[in-house]
Amino acid sequence: MSELGTLGWALARDLKLALRRPGDGLNVLGFFVLSCSMFPLAVGPQREWLARIGPGVIWVAALLAVMLALPRLFEHDHADGTLDAMVASGRSLPLLVAGKLVAAWLVTGLPLIVVSPLLALAFSLPDGMLPVLLAALLLGTPVLLGIGAVAAALTLGVKAGPTLVALLCLPLYVPVLVFGAGAVEAGAAGLSPYPHLALLAAGMLAVALAAPPLAAQALRISVE
Amino acid sequence: MNPFRFAAPQAFYPLAGAMVPWFGGAAALLAVVGLVIGFVLAPTDFQQGEVYRIIFIHVPSAWMAMFIYLVMAGYALLTLVMRARLSGMMARALAPTGALMAAISLWTGAVWGKPTWGTWWVWDARLTSTLILLFLYLGYVALVTAIEDPQRGDRAGALLLLVGVVNIPVIYFSVRWWNTLHQGASVSLTAAPTMAATMLAGMLVMSLAAWMYTIAAALHRVRSIILERERHTRWVRALAG
Repeated sequence: MSELGTLGWALARDLKLALRRPGDGLNVLGFFVLSCSMFPLAVGPQREWLARIGPGVIWVAALLAVMLALPRLFEHDHADGTLDAMVASGRSLPLLVAGKLVAAWLVTGLPLIVVSPLLALAFSLPDGMLPVLLAALLLGTPVLLGIGAVAAALTLGVKAGPTLVALLCLPLYVPVLVFGAGAVEAGAAGLSPYPHLALLAAGMLAVALAAPPLAAQALRISVE
Repeated sequence: MNPFRFAAPQAFYPLAGAMVPWFGGAAALLAVVGLVIGFVLAPTDFQQGEVYRIIFIHVPSAWMAMFIYLVMAGYALLTLVMRARLSGMMARALAPTGALMAAISLWTGAVWGKPTWGTWWVWDARLTSTLILLFLYLGYVALVTAIEDPQRGDRAGALLLLVGVVNIPVIYFSVRWWNTLHQGASVSLTAAPTMAATMLAGMLVMSLAAWMYTIAAALHRVRSIILERERHTRWVRALAG
């Protein structure tokens, strides 16, 4: 099997599993939309306020939603022994992890981006800011997933796993949040959002290169 | 004599025990000298008055908070590459002191900020990144204590430290990246310091005291970790009698 084949095999397998259990992905999406809808109820329905806090709220909700999906990333494979087989298979573990991450992004990250125009409407985001929000989410959600995969791999099989993942991930998510929400803020203030988007893109490229080998190493530590 | 002998916990245990009083004593002595310089000899700041004197505690603790994380990352590299058991224990031993230093720098910063800026806390880049540093320390401690197998805990913690260390330059250069309320750095290696010589002396002596304290505390702590980790070995049993 070629390198691309290894990645594709893991991607196809995880997509197939996700389609057989569509509830998992839908739960994350539901959490994202619901947690966003709580904010107008908490701070009041004034349009100016909502437009002001909207980008930040959408970003924090996206970040928490991705985090919610993280424990499942390796849990099932660990429980049924697939992970041990992957480690022992002699195939490149980083490529297998990369395939799983692409599948996880398609199942959890992409749906968030697809529904975010509705949330932008609900928060009366300024006209023309929707493309910036979408671009920022498109670049930022893979970073969240990549960093989170390392934390999920490190805490695999640990009793306090899910809460621990939050403690490990959130500090590292700060730059993504700052630049992601900052892109929309800058755009709304009449400044160019491109510096923020460029930094997010740089972060995405760095994570795309670093996260699979780091998460693979973390899995080895956890499984050995 | 082979210096790598001391990479073995059994050999390091008595060496650390012998070093603790020296570093601890040096820390106490330097702290007394530094506090006398800072609180008695140093002149009153013509802009800020007496309140500026908190920098003699604030700045050394902030430096240590950043530096200890770097040292832990160094040990993390040794853990992952050389599989040296002692380096994982040293990283664990340093973590509480690092968290303490971050907490002290945040607390003293708030105490200084209230009279100077009129507020306990601002979401300035440097304050925020120090807070994140504290969370990184707490996350490391939570991870290594949650994993039952100590070897796995050491290696998982090491990987986390290496991922987290990318945060350190963000803290240090954040002053330039975001232009906010926090005053810029007043000590630099390239330009002459903008503070009086006695103030600088007090701060440097206090920094040395913080170094000595950190080394003494970490060595003391690593002795406990070694004993706990090696409790089933013959030499620890012999020690316990």
